[in-house]
Amino acid sequence: MKSVFFESYGVTTQDLESYLAAALERGGDYADLFFELKVNHSIVLEEQIVKTATKAVNLGVGVRVLSGEKTGYAHSDDLSRESILKAAQTAAFIASASAKGGKLGIETASPKEHDLYSVPLLPADLAIADKIGLLRQADEAARAYDARIRQVQASYVDETRHILLVTSEGKYTWDIQPMVRLNVLCTAEENGKRQSGHQGGGGRRTLEIFRDDLEPAALAREAARQAILQLNAGDAPAGTMEVVLGPGWPGILLHEAIGHGLEADFNRKKTSAFSGLVGQKVASELCTVVDDGTIPFRRGSLNMDDEGNPTRQTVLIEKGILQGYLQDHLSAKFMGAPLTGNGRRQGYDHIPLPRMTNTFMMAGQSTPDEIIRSVKKGLYAVHFGGGQVDITSGKFVFSASEAYLIEDGRITTPVKEASLIGDGPTVLRQVTMVGNDLKLDQGVGICSKEGQSLPVGVGLPTIKIKEITVGGTRK
Amino acid sequence: MIDKMKETAQRVVDRAKRQGATDADVFLREDETFSVTVRNGDVEKLKEALSRSLRLRLFLGKRTATAQTSDLSPAVIDKLVDETVEMARLTSEDESGGLPDPSMYPADTPDLQLVDPAWDLIKPEARIDLARRAEAAAFKASPSITNSEGGWFECERSRTVLANTAGFLGGYEATGGYLAAGPIAESNGAMQQDHWYSISRRFDQLDSPEDIGRRAAERVLRRLGARKVKTCQIPIIFDPMTARTVVKHVFDAVSGDAIYRRRSFLVDQIGQTVAGSQVTIVDDARLPGGLGSSPFDDEGIATQITPIIESGILRNYLHSAYSARKMKARPTGNGSRTGAGSVSVGPTNFYLKAGQYTPEEIIASVETGLYVVDLIGHGVNAVSGDYSRGVTGLWIENGKFVYPVQEVTIAGNLRQMLQDIEMIGNDITFMGPIASPTLKIRNMTLSGE
Repeated sequence: MKSVFFESYGVTTQDLESYLAAALERGGDYADLFFELKVNHSIVLEEQIVKTATKAVNLGVGVRVLSGEKTGYAHSDDLSRESILKAAQTAAFIASASAKGGKLGIETASPKEHDLYSVPLLPADLAIADKIGLLRQADEAARAYDARIRQVQASYVDETRHILLVTSEGKYTWDIQPMVRLNVLCTAEENGKRQSGHQGGGGRRTLEIFRDDLEPAALAREAARQAILQLNAGDAPAGTMEVVLGPGWPGILLHEAIGHGLEADFNRKKTSAFSGLVGQKVASELCTVVDDGTIPFRRGSLNMDDEGNPTRQTVLIEKGILQGYLQDHLSAKFMGAPLTGNGRRQGYDHIPLPRMTNTFMMAGQSTPDEIIRSVKKGLYAVHFGGGQVDITSGKFVFSASEAYLIEDGRITTPVKEASLIGDGPTVLRQVTMVGNDLKLDQGVGICSKEGQSLPVGVGLPTIKIKEITVGGTRK
Repeated sequence: MIDKMKETAQRVVDRAKRQGATDADVFLREDETFSVTVRNGDVEKLKEALSRSLRLRLFLGKRTATAQTSDLSPAVIDKLVDETVEMARLTSEDESGGLPDPSMYPADTPDLQLVDPAWDLIKPEARIDLARRAEAAAFKASPSITNSEGGWFECERSRTVLANTAGFLGGYEATGGYLAAGPIAESNGAMQQDHWYSISRRFDQLDSPEDIGRRAAERVLRRLGARKVKTCQIPIIFDPMTARTVVKHVFDAVSGDAIYRRRSFLVDQIGQTVAGSQVTIVDDARLPGGLGSSPFDDEGIATQITPIIESGILRNYLHSAYSARKMKARPTGNGSRTGAGSVSVGPTNFYLKAGQYTPEEIIASVETGLYVVDLIGHGVNAVSGDYSRGVTGLWIENGKFVYPVQEVTIAGNLRQMLQDIEMIGNDITFMGPIASPTLKIRNMTLSGE
């Protein structure tokens, strides 16, 4: 099997060799070419009509040259020989030594280690009518849920991403990455009060993924339930308290509190609050946290990263002790660390950076019931909006969009959206119970770093944090 | 180059019409970008590129479909036009769809001072040097500055062209650039980061690299030794950089897209008092040299100056052609094409007008309170107005800064926050298309220890 770039765009291995040679003509240490063809479809159903259908085609090539810790980058959105050579020469600008001799041989494709998401038909080739059918099911289920649901927006997006990677170190490999996702957004209105709820799901698969928990009607009912629940939510508490996080999506805690801080670029530059902490205790011994890009069909999974390296499971924290960082080519080289397959980029027009894949905490021993019962007064947070972290100070926030008070070991009143704020290198030391109910999220995560957005996954068992600050309004 | 783009856009519009579209428009954009980061005195990243993107919207009667491509080869575009026509057959009839009325197209060609040829004349070495000087100035400010995210310089030239089947064919160019420094300071083993930048369409209006570096250093040094404080109710001052995020939340709430969906805390409130009596907010697309200025919006409607809030009273929502039809209102020239899909409502130069107080007077007016310099997180609900974000700030006692504060949140409701704006600074600077002077809010909940 050959990559689409050879079949449909007439790229040849001789071309690739000449581009790499041009990229290294000022003497860089390393060069790579990243070809990408990304085809997206999206459909929006709102006010009970299919408002629009969209197709997007993004094609281009990025040329990177490394010289020491310097990166030169240029890209072109046409694949003509002339344009790619110009990009290669531009990227070479940062290097300033005499050209390296020797032949850049591209002969056999690098072997593939994973086959995590082969699908019978790529998302780009699925019938639009089938996709619309899913949206109709979601819309009907949300409207049927409660008369107070006034607005329903159901949207479907898919992606078919072809990438081809060639490096001056002889790597020559490609991948086809499918992705589908369904989202439902409901707005409820009652006595002048308005609230919304949303739910989504998907993964690297095609439409067969939308069953069980991800069935369109199930997603819709969940979105509607959250909107209705929020109509009568009380004010969230303010202050430092015991917090129980539910399983699954609240794993965004790990993503913000420790994941970003363990990306190798920040640690190579010593700008992370986690710099120099490998081997030290950063969490209670109940905590083992991994980043795993090899789980079949998951949103954050990849056969290879965007530098052509296979993904793997990387243990970040084992029984409380910090083990290592998430690496890309540049940082691994400078830190003398093994590659972890975390070099990712939003597209051909972006420089790769160390990024997460699926980040989660391993299950513990406690039952969720035991955990709730152990709390006298606190907060139980089960659904979250986004989060953010200040890598250097280590302070992070994430916003609970569905949360309840815990009073005397029982879940009681729902409360309004509130941010939780903590300190990355110390928050996991406060974890005093870990549940036996590890769950991964439903496939909606988008992570943003230096202007690049990427699909990721998170996961968590139910956990108890002894002390964290809850940003509500009620004292 | 604009002429060549106009030819392409017109050709695609014509093709859409021939393939059965009743109406169509094509939005074509080219961006030439250069960016460099210098870290510890050496180039870390340098990137240069030309990006192109074509966005097509077409109508089959009341049905619509859209497409976007970065591949502008005629064969690919032609195939995409055909596929888009086919997609449109599968969508629903939407009474509010369609191109804007031709009477809305611009009658004038205002000189908005969007282009400065000076950017092109700066050689790559000189661009690198600007970034290097900005970083160096930050390092020079204090031995406590021990590390750096770097100094960075970016500039771009963009060309925008729009053509449609109703006879509109227009285009404009714009330039802009940005210079920044991001130092890291350390004391007692704890690090802090901050940054400062200058942004302008004109090169000679960028602040000097030395000023930028020095200002960045001041900003990071004042964070050293940050501590938590106890949960309390206090007055909050937002500095202009954080105040503009509050103004952005107002934009989100007056966007016609949010209004017709009733997903805003400002629904049904035209003519009502929604903010303190000194609060005036406008959306002004005709500000000369403005970072959000343009002669026409992304669907060809002439841009304008729209009063949003006047002396606390809500006057207008902002509209694209679509949201205007939904609300039976006039479009305001705020149609924006950022994604591949339908036209949304975007801000132009959306800002809260300067008031009478110096920032020093505002700070001096607070007995106990917090001066906010940074916000993190997404805890803002545009539908209900509920607000809860992580904050870094400077604690005020008796009108003076006493120590920095971190790992706390501030919370309230935007509805109340707007009503509670009781002092407005005279210090508005445009650090982006959305801007605000210093704002003092009477009372919010700070959550900490």
